[in-house]
This record gives sequence, C-alpha cells and structure tokens, in this order.
Amino acid sequence: MHLSSAKVPDRSVRPDPTFSTAGSQRALLNLSDFSVSVRGDVPVVRGVDLSIGRGEALGVVGESGCGKSITWLAALRLLGPGVTTGGQVLLDGDDITRLSERELARIRGGRIALIFQDPSSALNPVQRIGTQLREVLRLHRGLRGAAADAEALRLVDRVGIADGPRRLRQYPHEFSGGMNQRVMIALALAGEPEVLIADEPTTALDATIQAQILDLIRDIRRESGMGLVLISHDIGAVADLCDRVAVMYGGRIVEAAETQDLLSRPRHPYTRGLLAALPSLDGPRRRLTPIAGTVPAPDRMPPGCAFAPRCPLTVEDCRTQVPALALAAQDHRAACLRLTETAIVPALPAPAPAFA
Amino acid sequence: MTPLLRVTDLARQYPVATGARQRMLHAVDGVGFTLAPGRTLGLVGESGCGKSTTAKLVLGLLPATRGRIEFAGEEVSATRDRRWRALRRRMQLVHQDPLAALDRRLPVGEQIVEPLVVHGLENGSEARRQKALSLFEAVGLRPDLFSRYPHELSGGQRQRVVLARALMLDPGLLVCDEPISALDVSVAAQVINLLQDLQARFGMAYLFISHDLKVVRQIADEVAVMYLGKIFEQGPPEALFHAPAHPYTEALVSAVPTLQRGTGQRIILRGDPPNPVDRPAGCAFHPRCPRVVARCREEAPALRPTSDGRLAACHLVPTAGNAIAAAA
Repeated sequence: MHLSSAKVPDRSVRPDPTFSTAGSQRALLNLSDFSVSVRGDVPVVRGVDLSIGRGEALGVVGESGCGKSITWLAALRLLGPGVTTGGQVLLDGDDITRLSERELARIRGGRIALIFQDPSSALNPVQRIGTQLREVLRLHRGLRGAAADAEALRLVDRVGIADGPRRLRQYPHEFSGGMNQRVMIALALAGEPEVLIADEPTTALDATIQAQILDLIRDIRRESGMGLVLISHDIGAVADLCDRVAVMYGGRIVEAAETQDLLSRPRHPYTRGLLAALPSLDGPRRRLTPIAGTVPAPDRMPPGCAFAPRCPLTVEDCRTQVPALALAAQDHRAACLRLTETAIVPALPAPAPAFA
Repeated sequence: MTPLLRVTDLARQYPVATGARQRMLHAVDGVGFTLAPGRTLGLVGESGCGKSTTAKLVLGLLPATRGRIEFAGEEVSATRDRRWRALRRRMQLVHQDPLAALDRRLPVGEQIVEPLVVHGLENGSEARRQKALSLFEAVGLRPDLFSRYPHELSGGQRQRVVLARALMLDPGLLVCDEPISALDVSVAAQVINLLQDLQARFGMAYLFISHDLKVVRQIADEVAVMYLGKIFEQGPPEALFHAPAHPYTEALVSAVPTLQRGTGQRIILRGDPPNPVDRPAGCAFHPRCPRVVARCREEAPALRPTSDGRLAACHLVPTAGNAIAAAA
C-alpha cells in the first residue's frame, strides 16, 4: 500500500532542500520531505531531503534502526503492505511515488538498480546465473537469443567472473559470497542503470573480498558514469567511494557534507560521536570515546532532537524543538541547535591527522 | 613468566566426503602460541581460517586431532569429567550473539547467579546475589535491570550481562569470539572500553577473536594472523598493522577502508581463499600472493622469528638467523 501524503511542502520557504554538490544542475534522484511509517503509525523515516546528481556518489551512514535502508526501499516501494510513505521521490523531476506498479517495475532494475547485503538470498537459487541475467536483459533492454547471450557474457566478464560460458550455466550455490555479489552487480548493470543503490554491499564479505567489490564498483562508476547511493554502517567504506555523505539518526538526516569535509570537520554531535567511537588502524592508540546510551526504538523516539538524550551538548531547547537541517558551512548542513558550539570545539578528542 | 595458556602444534581435522573418496578438512593445522596472565592475544583472519575452531579447542569444547593445550600448567582435554569442569570454571567464553547465549525465560540476574550454583561456590543465596549485583555494577548495568528478561535489554546491555556472568567464577582466561561484531559502532566502543577496564580490574587474560583489525589493534597486546588453519604472522599490533611482514597480512591491512588513508594504494588479492579441503601445495597463500616465487609452490614455510622479533611464515621474509648472518 502506498499512500502519498497530502502534505506537499511549500518549496519556497524550505532552506534549499535539494542539497547537492551538483549545483544548479537538476538532481537525478531527489527525495523531498520523504517519510515512512510502519505498523500503523510508527514513523521510521521522518522527513528526509536528499538528492543525488548525475554520476554522483552519495554515502548514507548511521547505526541500525536509523532508517538508512528503509528510506530507499520505501522510495522504490519494495516494503510491501503496512508501510505508508509521504513526500516525493523525483527521478529526473518526475514523482515516481505516483507511478503504477507496472511503471515502477520498469524503473526498478532499469534506471535504478539495487544490490543488497546478502547476495545469495537475493538471487533465485533454482535458476542458473545465465537465466537470471537474460531475464533482466529481456525485461529491461528487450534483448533475446544470441544478443542476450553475448551481453550476459560481457557482463559477467565485466564484473570479473572468469570462465563466463561455464559460470553462466551454474547456480548461485556454486558461487562464493564474493562471486555472488559480483553476479548481483552484473544483474544491476544489465539494466544500464543511471544510479545504483547499494545497501551494505560488502558487509557480509571478508575483508579481502570487500576490497575487491569496492574496487569493482569504483571502476564501473569511473567507466559508466553511473550514480551511486552507498548505504553502510562502515564510514570507512563510504569514505572510500563517495563524494558526499549523509548521516542519519532517528529517521532524519542530521548532517550532510562533502566526504572530506564531514570527516575532518564534523559539526553534528552525533557525527562527532560516531567518529570518536571508531577504533582506527592508523595514528596513536587512544582510548575510544563511546556515545552514552543506545539508539532509541522508533516507537519511543524522544520529542525534540532524537539525539538529545545522548548528546553532550544538550540544552533545554533540544528536548522540545526538532532542529532543521541548516547551513553549517559552505556545502555543509547539520541539524543541531548548538551549531555555534561545534564550530569552536575541535572536531575529535585527539585531532585526526589531516585528511590528505 | 610462566604462560597462563600454552598451545603447541594444535590441529583439528574433519573428514569430508567428496564423491567416492574421503578427504580431510584441516580446520586448524599446527597452531601454537602462549598467552601470559592478564594479557590479550588477538586472533584475526577471514572466515574459514580456523580462528573460532581454535577457540573451541582451547576451551576443550572440541577434541583436538593433534597437539597440546596447557592452561595454568594443566593439560586441557575435551573429556568432560570433573577435571574438565574445574578447568572450565577458570576459562570462560563470550561469543558474538548474547541473545543466543542467554536463557530467554530467566531474568538476567538469575542467570548471572547460576554459575555459582552450578559449581557449588559461595554459600547462601544472599551471598551469591551480592556478588552478582557487584559484578552487575562492574559491567555498567543499573541494578533495576537485574530482574529483567533478556528481550527487555538492548544488544549492548545483553553483552554486558554475558560478561558479568562470565566473571562470576573469577576466570583467568576469557575467550571472546567476535564479542562486538553484532553491536552498533557507538555501543561497540562502550563494550571495548569495558573489556579493557575489566581486564585492568580483575586481571584475566583475553583470547580475542575478530575479523575486525581495527578492534583487535585497539585491544590486543599481541596479534596472530591466521589463514587456512595456520598462523602466518604474529607480533605486536603496531608492528603487524603498520609494517606487515607477511604478504597476506599486508593485503589484509590494506583492505581495511580507513578514514585517513587515501584510495589507490590498496592491494587487491585475486580470487577467494581456497577451499580448506583443497589446500594448495606449498604455502597455502601462494595462488593469491602477489609476490609468489617458485619455492612457495612446493614448500610450506614454517613460522619463524624474524629479525625484529615477530614471527612470520613466509619464504621471502628474512629470518632472525639470516639477518644476523647477513650483518656479520
């Protein structure tokens, strides 16, 4: 069930919701005041404004339950009944929340492709890899017969699967986890997408395989100019691939900036907390600075700023007012009432080495 | 100092039926290390490298095919007799999923008291309860959570309960198998700090198993890198992670996405780790090694001391003796 919210935001009064480094160029994909509720009326995504330009790579980070995955799944109407959404999802200016199921199906796997954490459960276990690839090629590109075979072979070769003719006849269980993720990427590429939404694509993979997959995604982007939304809890992986990062907490975006800017000069106390809580391989070994408390459950979200109960900078207003995503620096937005405080205090307890 | 834990040439094989013939899967293949009281040894490696099997062998939860484990001078066997139970009291396990480790039908407080009852320690239920409450506080839990059930606690709180329960028997060794992998970043940092504080306060040693090099660097005094059942490199974390000697350690370290490091210098290994049933001849890493030479295909390198005191199993890393010979 999809219900479009009647509440259409008045764009003239909102402070530049289409935050994008793409500048004046129209965003390829734009979420506008997008919200998601589950199980009746529990809001899990609470008014997200995000846009990604053509060929841009956006990272979305946050802890479990922050809404980072559900935003994109709901935007593509993949969550089934019991989920209501509000706001707009604009693809090249057209609101895809108003499309019929049939029209949306052409976009999913076509102009917008998705890959998930667990490739082996996303693949059909009783169909050969080749069959699954040819199905996408037929549905989204109208390729059949020899043309489809040739393209399938080209795709598996492109994602680094050797011995294509044999591999295409195999089933997902005959592939390793890393190889199955390559198959998923080949399936995503089959529709020649303008943007790939990758939801924790390397989380289930071993370190050396994760490096292979991140490298593959980078190469493909360089070559095809495909946009990327990388959803991950791993700020390292996001920093590696993305031009821009949005940090989510409690169903909202709390900070968004260019990657280097966000990592070296975080302004939201939550982003700072996350960075200080991360162990590192480089630099001196220091005691970690954890964030007190835990992530609140969606049905027990505190009023005001969702981070207020855990925040070291909380003042009385934080408990009652929801801060808007406001300009914190050039191309840098944060949703915090105490931004003047975070402009002075150094970014990390022990200043991180300059981000080269 | 006498080590608390001494593991010598430890091996565990599983018979695997592939077609008509039976073959051996070498999950752990000749692993040896020592661990001093109050210290932390980190075991790292990718899935299937044998790190968790090593943990089970050390605790006597699995019988070893070969080798010897000594804990505080006594041999650990997997025969579940009185001696085994007495040893197990001093070696506790904390694993990844605290919800699976706890009984969902018992309040967490009762579960913390339980080890004392099982081992017949501490007379009187009030004395047991007092001890449990003091540990409850030591792991940073509010006393009002004592009568709650596991499902009423968050993931981080549950892992604290598991830690409190493990500490009830004053163990000398805590085997932690991916203890924070299921936790969110902000909560993981709390538990890492807690593990360090508890070690400083109670003085137990940790055998800390993780796939996450950053976490291991944070907590370990010494690190062993495993690949296909063998230790490939062992030494202090700063040496291993900042100047890896073994090509596999080097690749593993470079594969970690970090905030500081730029991209492009990463070493990308080809292919997947081989099937442990079909271990390559010679060095098990040679099919993926960027620096492979002819000798690697024939002869498995032994784990030997290098010139800077760490251990490495690679033909290309100069051993301590060779370096001295070269210097002379």
